[in-house]
Amino acid sequence: MTDVTHFRDEKTGLLLASDGTPLKTKLRQSLKTSRRRAFMLVAPLLLFIMASFVIPILGLLWQGVSNATYEDSMPRSAPIMRAWDGSSPPSEEMAAAIVADMIDARKAKTIGKVATRVNREESGTRSLFTKTARRAAKMEAPFVAALEKADKDWANIETWRAIKIAATSLTPAFYAAAVDMKYTADGEFVEQSEERQIYVSLFVKTILVAGGVMLCCLLLGYPVAYLMAHLPAKTSNMLMILVLLPFWTSLLVRTTAWIAMLQAQGVLNDLFVFIGITSDDARFSLIYNMTGTVIAMTHILLPFMILPLYSVMRSIPISHVRAAKSLGATNWTAFWRVYFPATVPGIGAGGLLVFILAIGYYITPALVGGQDGQLISNFIAYHMQRSLNWSLAAALGGILLAIVLFLYWLYDRVVGIDNMKLG
Amino acid sequence: MTDTPGERPFVHFDGVQKSYDGETLVVKNLNLEIGQGEFVTMLGPSGSGKTTCLMMLAGFEAATHGEIYLKGQPVNNVSPHKRNIGMVFQNYALFPHMTVGENLAFPLQVRKMSRSDVKQKVQRALEMVQMGEFGARKPAQLSGGQQQRVALARALVFEPELVLMDEPLGALDKQLREHMQYEIKHLHEQLGVTVVYVTHDQSEALTMSDRVAVFDDGIIQQLAPPSVLYEQPDNAFVAQFIGENNRLTGNVTEIVDGVARVQLENGPIVNALAVNCDGVGQKTQLSIRPERIQINSAGIPNQMEGRVLELIYLGDHIRCRMQVCDHDDFIVKVPNSPEHTMLQVGQTYNVGWQTSDCRALDVI
Ligand SMILES: Nc1ncnc2c1ncn2[C@@H]1O[C@H](COP(=O)(O)OP(=O)(O)OP(=O)(O)O)[C@@H](O)[C@H]1O
Ligand SMILES: [Mg+2]
Repeated sequence: MTDVTHFRDEKTGLLLASDGTPLKTKLRQSLKTSRRRAFMLVAPLLLFIMASFVIPILGLLWQGVSNATYEDSMPRSAPIMRAWDGSSPPSEEMAAAIVADMIDARKAKTIGKVATRVNREESGTRSLFTKTARRAAKMEAPFVAALEKADKDWANIETWRAIKIAATSLTPAFYAAAVDMKYTADGEFVEQSEERQIYVSLFVKTILVAGGVMLCCLLLGYPVAYLMAHLPAKTSNMLMILVLLPFWTSLLVRTTAWIAMLQAQGVLNDLFVFIGITSDDARFSLIYNMTGTVIAMTHILLPFMILPLYSVMRSIPISHVRAAKSLGATNWTAFWRVYFPATVPGIGAGGLLVFILAIGYYITPALVGGQDGQLISNFIAYHMQRSLNWSLAAALGGILLAIVLFLYWLYDRVVGIDNMKLG
Repeated sequence: MTDTPGERPFVHFDGVQKSYDGETLVVKNLNLEIGQGEFVTMLGPSGSGKTTCLMMLAGFEAATHGEIYLKGQPVNNVSPHKRNIGMVFQNYALFPHMTVGENLAFPLQVRKMSRSDVKQKVQRALEMVQMGEFGARKPAQLSGGQQQRVALARALVFEPELVLMDEPLGALDKQLREHMQYEIKHLHEQLGVTVVYVTHDQSEALTMSDRVAVFDDGIIQQLAPPSVLYEQPDNAFVAQFIGENNRLTGNVTEIVDGVARVQLENGPIVNALAVNCDGVGQKTQLSIRPERIQINSAGIPNQMEGRVLELIYLGDHIRCRMQVCDHDDFIVKVPNSPEHTMLQVGQTYNVGWQTSDCRALDVI
């Protein structure tokens, strides 16, 4: 045996490696190399994800707080409107700049977009804008009076205030709108009028539906996963195919099947009437409403619950339950105190997966949700495709993302993310 | 300590058969009586049905035919949690989400013991296996040997009268395994519980047990104390499976007073105890332990020539591989003492043995 091979630095008391460098430094050096190697391995994927995922999402989030429609088309009036205090009477300078911009915007055919943008802040201003723009070329100073002559709405200060908001490119207005608030020209947030408050309750509804779907998936999936994990391989493979079937069926076929099953004259209702659960004239409405959305989404998302549960259950040694029983536990105690805790990582993984997928689910509610089965993502899609209010869509999306990240964080705090087992 | 099996055995397998698939019998007609406080080991090669027997006793597998009695009561229809049998599994089966203390408390809690009793018993059980300070750790934070002790303590903490152990030391390294063998043995002596132990390690079986049941092919080949098993094997399988064994085959020419005269193939005629040979004119296999063979000693009845092929020095003895009767795997263990002949490779010597050391068995 040789002497002790490690030494202590006399001053700091740190452990030294045999070449005299502190052990901690040495460890950090060796870790650095392995970390660099790890980075090289993931670099291609990282690049791909950056280009196809992170950058677009950042762009989207950016769009939620920035809308340069007005500034791009009306470059002269934008800075002047921003500088205006929002309460003093409109100045001649503001009016002149707006008229000049309108002439240019009309030529460039962008006046419609500008009108839409201002209209979002104050409804009714769209026609005001297009109408005024048509006459702008013939207007002469003083421009304030000329504008008011063209349409009396220009005498309304709210019109000017709406322009001031639209002229500000970087604005919290869309995020405010996404939580049913209004961002005023004075820089204050006020509640939307009652009948226009839809998004907060929609977010709540979406979260509740996602939670409900998650719960349904858990209740339906747990016994199936248990069965699959404990049956002989041949039978459990057969079950696995059945479980994966929803993945392999085209959306159209699935939707048609749901309609056939769930509609008022459908299979399920016929069955209910037949066995007397309901009478013929009081059939349940199971589709084109919230019920339809929950049923269909549960069906689609079930595999995402079953698969992690199954893989976790497969890895639980049979001897654990046997040990519990040999120690005197009844079947139920053995399940509840030994088996169930071992499946918690699977429940966590499946639950989180289903919840996150459900919270952003779009196509199913769109197809079978009817009026009241619409979720937040359907409104995001609406603003992307119909109303073309991308900034509002981005703001709604940003909030959805924030909710998901928050839940993820919460899960990590409560259960611990390293406790999650996907397969 | 060892009850003579008879009156009212503690555990009694009565004509038990087991088949998993309805085509082959994994356990064929098992009859086994275990006395209270006895340490019985089931020893056998892999797949011989040892675990299956244990699982039937614990209640996790149903016997296809026959009855198992525990303290005279049939238990075929008693569910496992009512049998009050402690069990140690090969992979320990400690509950990973519970601490060591909670693992031990589990059987007491399901028996609805008071909190203070539980605490006290858990601590006592942990100290019994020298794990007193580890109560707050999770099983994953323990070494294999420590987990083994905890599993042992858990199987004993609720004071069962019968403890089953299925290869509990299989995952440990040799040194630790030997150490744990003694500890289990001492615990058994100290607590007086009945132990049914499964292993396929013969030295483990011989070290620990009062009696060993040698399993093969779903049948108990021999059930006997270790010394009997080693010195008086009933059949060729047992002779072969327990310890080292030299095999010579031949034909029985005559049997007189329990001694068979055997004409060896490519060798002389020798005498052997007729233990399990079919009769005159039949083939038999002779079994002689390597340490019972004497070299160059006069006045021994069974003698023949052997040529030394290989010598291995092992300190306390010298292991000598010889060619005898055209078998070149004939092993002789020569004690390392001054009065013994110095052997040399390639030389031919006279080998021989006492008739009582040679057993004529069945042929496998
Ligand atoms: N659940 C089961 N289903 C079907 N066959 C089984 C089952 N369990 C065991 N067998 C079969 O029964 C036979 C005996 O198995 P058993 O586990 O009792 O052997 P063992 O003596 O414990 O072997 P080992 O030393 O390898 O543990 C083997 O051939 C095995 O393939
Ligand atoms: Mg086994």
